[in-house]
Amino acid sequence: MTTKRRPHILVTGAAGALAQQVIHRLKKTCDLVAVDFREQVYLGDDIPSYCIDFNKRVFEDLFRRYQFDGVIHLGRILSSQLTRMRRYNANVLGTQKLLDLSEKYGIRRVIVLSTYHVYGAVAYNPALIDESAPLKSAGLSADLVDSVELENLANIYLWRYPELNITILRPCNIVGPGVRNSMSSLLGSERAPVLAGFSPMMQFIHIDDMADAIVLAWQKPVKGVFNVAPQDWVAYQQALKLCGCRKMPLPSVPPVIPKAISKILNLRSFPPYLLSFFKYPVVIDGRAFSREFGFTPKRPLKDIFWYYQNNKNPV
Amino acid sequence: MGLASFLKSRLLPADLEAQIDRIRKPIGSLGYDPWGYNNEAIKYGFSVTRQIYEKYFRVQADGVENIPAEGPVLIIANHSGQLPLDGLLIGYALASRAENPRIPRAMIERFFPTVPWLGNLLNEMGAVLGDPVNCAKMLENNEAVIVFPEGVRGSGKLYRDRYQLKRFGNGFMHLAMKYNATIVPVGVVGCEETIPAIANIKPLANALGVPYVPVALPVIFPAKVHLNFGPPMHFDNAEIPEESVTERVEAVKAEISRLIDKGLSERKRLF
Repeated sequence: MTTKRRPHILVTGAAGALAQQVIHRLKKTCDLVAVDFREQVYLGDDIPSYCIDFNKRVFEDLFRRYQFDGVIHLGRILSSQLTRMRRYNANVLGTQKLLDLSEKYGIRRVIVLSTYHVYGAVAYNPALIDESAPLKSAGLSADLVDSVELENLANIYLWRYPELNITILRPCNIVGPGVRNSMSSLLGSERAPVLAGFSPMMQFIHIDDMADAIVLAWQKPVKGVFNVAPQDWVAYQQALKLCGCRKMPLPSVPPVIPKAISKILNLRSFPPYLLSFFKYPVVIDGRAFSREFGFTPKRPLKDIFWYYQNNKNPV
Repeated sequence: MGLASFLKSRLLPADLEAQIDRIRKPIGSLGYDPWGYNNEAIKYGFSVTRQIYEKYFRVQADGVENIPAEGPVLIIANHSGQLPLDGLLIGYALASRAENPRIPRAMIERFFPTVPWLGNLLNEMGAVLGDPVNCAKMLENNEAVIVFPEGVRGSGKLYRDRYQLKRFGNGFMHLAMKYNATIVPVGVVGCEETIPAIANIKPLANALGVPYVPVALPVIFPAKVHLNFGPPMHFDNAEIPEESVTERVEAVKAEISRLIDKGLSERKRLF
């Protein structure tokens, strides 16, 4: 008599806090293999962990050795990291390699983490943007092209290889303990830049809720594109206030001025190509995901901001 | 008592705060909705608007009870007077009515979100970028939405064209039909006289990226404003050609025209 085989899952982006939360949730029921583009991380004796460039041939050896059933692709290089070229190689070409291998080795479930940045921040955005809205971001900044390209690629594979069961998740700002993206470092800082006279509506999801969302998506193989966001909203400057940040207003018009300031001061968490996100709202509608996967975020905004207020300059 | 709470007690009488609090809005845990409406900011807006409405323009509103207490509503009015004062006054009339007050949402010109401070301020007071997707989502949320189908054609018109309705867009009718929204027509009289403009400097407007730059005195005249709310109108969601939609729009336009004439005949003098 054979016992039921535990599913084998490849999790990318293992050095990130989100991947580690997902691994923590899935390790009881699944056999996991963690990889990261940037560094090798120790995740316990029972979880093999690798530092691998997806574009290298050895990456395929992992697929041969572990016979994966699913891939959870969280290893997206953020727009604030590396150069445009290296990001393109990692995010677009690396993802293509990953999806090609997934198809070759008969994987039955792929989850790709994208971002709400793909919608682009423009003055004419309606609120509660749903998944069928055009992705305007590529036309606004060359630094966000790789995010949109990654999505396009995943979409092509979604239709060409339906058996891969690809789900693309577009979350709002992921924040909380351990998160190292630009929004998290802004909320965690003592002083944060704002564009004078602009305080767009924003959405935040706690990293634990996002990990729950990814686990729910893993458990129900429904393919498609989904926004992930709680039904709660706050203006950027109000969020900073609740996190105990002092505001550092930058002149906002004409737009070249804040861009020049950001460039000259090399503000890493307030980079020139993300400035429009601090000017115009990109409010996404996460109701389709909540309905389809039975997802309810558990950590309210107040808890999130309380954490940042009490943990300035997190390690 | 701190300065903030002192100012609050002076600016916000308890009855006014209670008036806002009894209007239940679908808002998140921090008092905001997806479009930037803020439950605290609106109280200050309401308090300031009360002075403008009662003391400055001495608004006379008739038939505000014609707006249903709940469900999706489109409040359709004529637009005039360079600044969106008419939207503000209609909004206050509905928010301050004794029975079943509602805080309506106004669809605003696309250029407002690009203006620092003003854009956010308007959002906090419930104004929303005039995008059909926004309007549709708000009607789904059972909101009352103020729409000026003339758009900048109406607000930017010159004093010599006063009370002449410009072309109405058909968008509002499609939304009303699709979301089964009640249409309440409103005739606004008086706003035309608040900022009488004699010309529009088009090249300057183009250079600044704004809809119009009026040649007018830099004052807002305290004209007496009459708001006449007409009986609610309902339109079914039948599959009809665009021509028939335009006919329905014309019916609403004719009703607004009638309400404007009523307001003009009721008016004793300009101020």
